[in-house]
Amino acid sequence: MESQPPQERSEQPTKEVPHVLVMKPPPLLTLFEDKFISTKFQLLKAWESTLPLDQFLTAYAGSVRAVLCSGASPITPHIIQLLPSLQLVVTASAGTNHIDLNECRRLGIAVTNAAGVFSDDAADAAVGLLIDVLRKISAAHRFVRHRLWPATGDYPLGSKLGGKRVGIVGLGSIGSAVAKRLEAFGCTVLYNSRKPKPWAPYPFYSNVHELAVDSDALVVCCGLTAETRHMINRQVMVALGKQGIIVNVARGAIIDEKQMVECLVHGEIGGAGLDVFENEPNVPKELLELDNVVLSPHRAVFTPEGFMAACDQVVANLEAFFEHKPLLSPLIDE
Amino acid sequence: MESIGVLMACPMNSYLEQQLEKRFKLYRFWTVPDKSSFLASHKDSIQAVVGNAGAGADAELIEALPKLEIVASFSVGLDKIDLAKCKEKGIRVTNTPDVLTEDVADLAIGLMLAVLRKLCESDRYVRSGKWKRGDYVLTTKFTGKKVGIIGLGRIGMAIAKRAEAFSCPISYYSRTEKPEIKYKYYPSVVELAAHCDILVVACPLTKETHHIINREVIDAMGPKGVLINIGRGPHVDEPELVSALVERRLGGAGLDVFENEPYVPEELFGLDNVVLLPHVGSGTVETRQAMADLVIGNLEAHFQKKPLLTPVV
Repeated sequence: MESQPPQERSEQPTKEVPHVLVMKPPPLLTLFEDKFISTKFQLLKAWESTLPLDQFLTAYAGSVRAVLCSGASPITPHIIQLLPSLQLVVTASAGTNHIDLNECRRLGIAVTNAAGVFSDDAADAAVGLLIDVLRKISAAHRFVRHRLWPATGDYPLGSKLGGKRVGIVGLGSIGSAVAKRLEAFGCTVLYNSRKPKPWAPYPFYSNVHELAVDSDALVVCCGLTAETRHMINRQVMVALGKQGIIVNVARGAIIDEKQMVECLVHGEIGGAGLDVFENEPNVPKELLELDNVVLSPHRAVFTPEGFMAACDQVVANLEAFFEHKPLLSPLIDE
Repeated sequence: MESIGVLMACPMNSYLEQQLEKRFKLYRFWTVPDKSSFLASHKDSIQAVVGNAGAGADAELIEALPKLEIVASFSVGLDKIDLAKCKEKGIRVTNTPDVLTEDVADLAIGLMLAVLRKLCESDRYVRSGKWKRGDYVLTTKFTGKKVGIIGLGRIGMAIAKRAEAFSCPISYYSRTEKPEIKYKYYPSVVELAAHCDILVVACPLTKETHHIINREVIDAMGPKGVLINIGRGPHVDEPELVSALVERRLGGAGLDVFENEPYVPEELFGLDNVVLLPHVGSGTVETRQAMADLVIGNLEAHFQKKPLLTPVV
């Protein structure tokens, strides 16, 4: 039976340095662990223990005031209950769908995310996927690599991006970065959001179905919540039309994946660029056979610059918390 | 006009062929078994040639067609047409500028994103069925990268405008500096290459710009440099480029054109930092139709003795 948390066997940290609980390491931590060394806190690494999580938390996390989480280690009411001293949840992602925000709000637990730092990369990936699908870049690259150009002749024509009406679903920091980029290509930007954004010079649509009716492509940039789960369903996709393209860099579950696969297979929409899926890393087999689909393994934000900026933000939020200073990126209820 | 003979140099667009056939007597040069005897027997009936990026009207063809009045290119590039010979003989030349500018610029940016963010590689990885949790691969951020453009004409400017939306600082090389342009000018391609992260070829192919991307430029770009070519294959010393990529002396490349299309150096097929496209710069339904309409419009204008729409010569 263990009498001390695993990492304290080799070094005895000073009692004053508070712990930050990490149940499973986010990619950020796995790739850049040396950026998480601070004089203001130390990491309590639950995954290194042989104890089941519940027992570990009960034994060692009673006085833990902050937790660093990600999609792989959701903050559920059950987990919150096992952390009676919890005051701060820090997620290493822009998304917060793995955190029970209502429960945190109820108990006065602050939440911070890596807002803003991932927006450029996510927007770049979204625009890249949209161009790729319309201009068949990945498919044509395959065509060349399979030595088909000399044999078959000219590659089938793609579709022009300029002049397309692109509906952005969720005009937050990622959605507005996408909009800014698409304007330079001569696209007409439209959007749907929970509420109209007073600063946005684009037409607002109060629901995604109406947005789809008026759009040639949809780019999904919103958060996953109870309201947005499966928001993009067959009805929306049929409204988008047979030439319509969907790009998703948000969360897989915003789209009804089963219905999307059927729409793609039956030609009810024109194509899709997908970085996220309902049940990663599983991707519906039918998609692997389609030439009008571009697939990416949830790496829209995976750049060293983006990750290092996220590390800095996570560490800065944690240090601010332990120094009783204002958090850098507290989640604001919009 | 049905008696006017129009020689189409190679297959390029079935809508264009259809439209040409409605108005003229269309000869499809690629279906002719013996080209020289065809030319000998038809030299008095061919008054127009329609070419494209792949084949146009060289001195030999022009000499073989004494009744040739106009060469209409289904492209903006004129490197396959002997312009001097056309000028000498009073033969008009038209191309398809403006209508394809946006598509080519879009593709240049698409290639930059595909190379830096490894979009094609990611797609291949997912399709292989090998995606498992914990496989973290970082790709290179595009926003903010320095973009250097060779040739700041219509296409170069359109690329600059798009890259600026990604906060990319823009610099350029041109035959002469453009004082009204706010981007940083470099008086040589080597200097431009040394000061940017992504180098794009967007100039016309002429004797002067042949192999404008050579060993010296590639060395100046360095092991993180990325080359994007949406111009013409002969802009690049292809064997030098291939060895630089294979030896990892260059960071990556996005190529829509090659020295000997449709043949692409196979050494490039296995590299995950290279994206290869089969000359699709203007390859959209919308743009090819607009290009075809411009070719038809120019031919009709000429034979109706009206001003040409997009004359070059």
